[in-house]
Amino acid sequence: MSTTHDTMPFDQALASFEPVLGLEVHVELGTNSKMFCGCSTVFGASPNTQVCPVCLGLPGSMPVVNAMAIESTIRIGLALNCTIASWCRFARKNYFYPDMPKDYQISQYDEPLCSNGYLDVTVPTDDGPTVVRVEIERVHMEEDTGKLLHAGGATGRIHGADHSLVDYNRAGIPLVEIVTKTIEGTGALAPAVAKAYVAELRDLMRALDVSDVRMEEGSMRCDVNLSLNRPGDGWGTRSETKNVNSLRSVERAVHSEIERQAALLTSGGRVVQETRHFHEDTGRSTSGRSKEQAEDYRYFPEPDLVPVAPSDAWIEELRATLPELPSAKRDRLKGEWGINDFELQTIVNAGALDLVEATIAAGVDSAAARKWWTGELQRTANDRGVELADLGVTPQQVREVEALIASGALNDKLARQVFEGLVAQEGTVAQIVSSRGLAVVSDDGALLAAIDDALAAQPDVADKIRDGKVQAAGAIVGAVMKATRGQADAAKVRALLLERLGVSE
Amino acid sequence: MDLTRLSAYELADALDKREVSAVEVTQAHLDRMTAVDPKVHAFLHRTDAAALAQATSVDERRASGAALSRLAGVPIAVKDNLAMRGEPTTCGSRILEGWRPPYDATVVARLRARDLVIVGKTNMDEFAMGSSTEHSAYGQTRNPWDLDRIPGGSGGGSAAAVASFQAPLAIGSDTGGSIRQPAAVTGTVGVKPTYGGVSRYGLVALASSLDQVGPVARSVLDTALLHEAIAGHDPRDSTSINAPVPDVVGAATRADVRGLRIGIVTQLSGDGYQAGVSQRFAEALEHLQHLGAEIVEVSCPSFEYALGAYYLILPSEASSNLARFDGMRFGLRAGDNGDNSVEQVMSLTREAGFGAEVKRRIILGTYALSSGYYDAYYGQAQKVRTLIVRDFAAAFEQVDVLVSPTAPTTAFRLGEKLDDPIAMYLNDVATIPVNLAGIGSMSLPAGLAPEDGLPVGFQIMAPPMADDRLYLVGAALEAALRDQWGHLLIEEAPAL
Repeated sequence: MSTTHDTMPFDQALASFEPVLGLEVHVELGTNSKMFCGCSTVFGASPNTQVCPVCLGLPGSMPVVNAMAIESTIRIGLALNCTIASWCRFARKNYFYPDMPKDYQISQYDEPLCSNGYLDVTVPTDDGPTVVRVEIERVHMEEDTGKLLHAGGATGRIHGADHSLVDYNRAGIPLVEIVTKTIEGTGALAPAVAKAYVAELRDLMRALDVSDVRMEEGSMRCDVNLSLNRPGDGWGTRSETKNVNSLRSVERAVHSEIERQAALLTSGGRVVQETRHFHEDTGRSTSGRSKEQAEDYRYFPEPDLVPVAPSDAWIEELRATLPELPSAKRDRLKGEWGINDFELQTIVNAGALDLVEATIAAGVDSAAARKWWTGELQRTANDRGVELADLGVTPQQVREVEALIASGALNDKLARQVFEGLVAQEGTVAQIVSSRGLAVVSDDGALLAAIDDALAAQPDVADKIRDGKVQAAGAIVGAVMKATRGQADAAKVRALLLERLGVSE
Repeated sequence: MDLTRLSAYELADALDKREVSAVEVTQAHLDRMTAVDPKVHAFLHRTDAAALAQATSVDERRASGAALSRLAGVPIAVKDNLAMRGEPTTCGSRILEGWRPPYDATVVARLRARDLVIVGKTNMDEFAMGSSTEHSAYGQTRNPWDLDRIPGGSGGGSAAAVASFQAPLAIGSDTGGSIRQPAAVTGTVGVKPTYGGVSRYGLVALASSLDQVGPVARSVLDTALLHEAIAGHDPRDSTSINAPVPDVVGAATRADVRGLRIGIVTQLSGDGYQAGVSQRFAEALEHLQHLGAEIVEVSCPSFEYALGAYYLILPSEASSNLARFDGMRFGLRAGDNGDNSVEQVMSLTREAGFGAEVKRRIILGTYALSSGYYDAYYGQAQKVRTLIVRDFAAAFEQVDVLVSPTAPTTAFRLGEKLDDPIAMYLNDVATIPVNLAGIGSMSLPAGLAPEDGLPVGFQIMAPPMADDRLYLVGAALEAALRDQWGHLLIEEAPAL
């Protein structure tokens, strides 16, 4: 089933074809209980311990809608500038599968709770950031399925497995599906637009506090629909790539699918309407089930649930609870911090916006806060392959380190070692400074001795300085820093040196 | 004194006065079951031990002076499509053989909370699909009036249990007449409450938008007492009505129809009804007129399409509701030999576990919901449903209640219509509009048809949420007929 196709280089593909993109994002809502019963939604519990007659679909059981899930969905809809339906119903999507307790999924079909919205996303380009408006078709609610574990095979996939286990803990977890309208005219920016959209959506969900949006845990999942057409032609046949579970993968999936379809179309082949699976390791997708014979889900209105009919008053009440949305926040902070679009983009790309803001709020100046989070800490996060926010360093700790630098107890080099210790969970800032022996050498006597050694070792430099060539002082300061293994305050060394030689700046 | 001949009302009274113990009452009914059920086969499962334990507990608490509910200690039978913790709940199907639910249906929980004594689970057409109880996978139930005839369906077991004095009360469910038509052909009383009046939580769904749980008994007052015990809002069923339950017991006690306007539905009378059925229906109307009601005729033109709409909506919902019976989590599993795929096991399980009528309706419903056919079938049927709701609404502008014969004929012979689904479906022509509109309806005995000596049912239909009117009219008619006969009709049933 894994057919590898030739690909056409991206630039070449874009010279001949226009991509048409559609994104479907599933977000697990962070409600305490499931969509239609009172079972817990906590991630990671032992299999089949968070189940009841309702989410197991036992005969006779009936669903009852979780009001919090409706509330979260309406808030998402409002944040996405959608129209909120004054009356809508759930529908049954019928298909047989062992991870579906009732062999139908309660979803919404032709009556979504929220529709016709948009989300403006900022896409980085070579000419600076540009804003693209992504139109939202619909936002609807549904229940998640159980999880299948295929055992006895080598790959963990269904083929080759000798039996499968089902965990219904996930069955009935509330999901919101956010579907875009077709995104056209983005050309070579398509992969970046897709990534920026999903990133913006993720930030929005966080700001709304409706989901933990952890793509790696599956609480946010993206399906990429893509087709290519030659300029002037109608839309081509689309493929749907599933299993796209990181921001980077969203971008790569669009990129590789454009290359794949372009090669296929150029060589006279045709794109098959199918589901494809994206593989993180190769950055490519393989063919899944064909959708040529459209599956017939026999949707009909769910008769076990009454319609959802939010009043205008309630909707307005919820609108009033919307927090400052990410785009507005970025605009505000850009002004407050006095930074340009590129600098802002750097911070946003690092996932550091909230961290920098919190660090500044803790009392650190704007430049220093940005320097640490987008510099040393981001590099460390990248090296370790984790999100910046999950690195284990808090804004409060950055403030403590900065305070030590300001007092002269640490310098930047030593501060980096403190952060290294924090990431390694060696203790508090104070404990790490003490256990690693990271104090700046501030004993004038010790520094003067080191300065004298350096001057003796480089008499020619000493003469230059005495002659007024103050810029030559750097070599001596460097030697002193080296001698003290970085544990000196360079500014202080310089001042002592000049004083020693009787020279002024 | 034969305790099984007493009404629930009389038993409750005797228990309250401590003239008799709950254990004695329960044992008398269990003995009756042992004696007659081999002939009737109303029960699929007896719960003797739990029943006696419950009765003992009631007696103990009564002795200690504890406050007990009105029906505490009165025996009751429960249709086998209501989940009962730890007890078999088969729905008359092989596919649920051996399944014991880990939870109680809300109605069962309410019966327990009110200390009624559940003596067993009653037979039914498989998944409530049928009008004769012949579609049960566990044998047919016989009509106590004539053991060669059907007891009606799908709730033939509950009706036959009550009619044969094995229990004074029973719980049924009514999707298109499954409480009322069995009541009609067994000379008992059955009520389908307003949709949402009684919780469906734990009722194994046939067609969710049509199903309703309701009471079965031998008198209107007993039916009202049971109705009151099980009705009311349930937060586990979001289609349940959050409003006070109409005063059905008060209405059954008042039994007054003076000044009431009663409408005969033109479309539910005349041609197609057995002569004796029409005759007893007409006589019942005379009684009501005599008692001070005004009888008028009203037309409900869309009723003509009710049966057609019903047989699209019901199979559509059923095809989805019955999907979960796939052998994966509970009940029967067939073909799990290590070679078959999941899909094959699901398919083999459903092939082996479902009977012919169930398969017929699943196929019908799957087709009616299919893309390309949905609008023509399910969509059109829903439009008919709206028209029927409007017909009822217009009729209730003119009258307080509507009436008709409950079923076109008296009980037919076993096997007579088994191979003719359409003839079987036509049995419910008068009961189905009520389910499509979600209103309440009662069937009570109107006498015996002269030509065959079998019970005839009289149907009363009331506006939504006005179930008390059913009891007001039903109790008045029952009283008048009782005066005429000197006893309830059921007393004329042959000894078994």
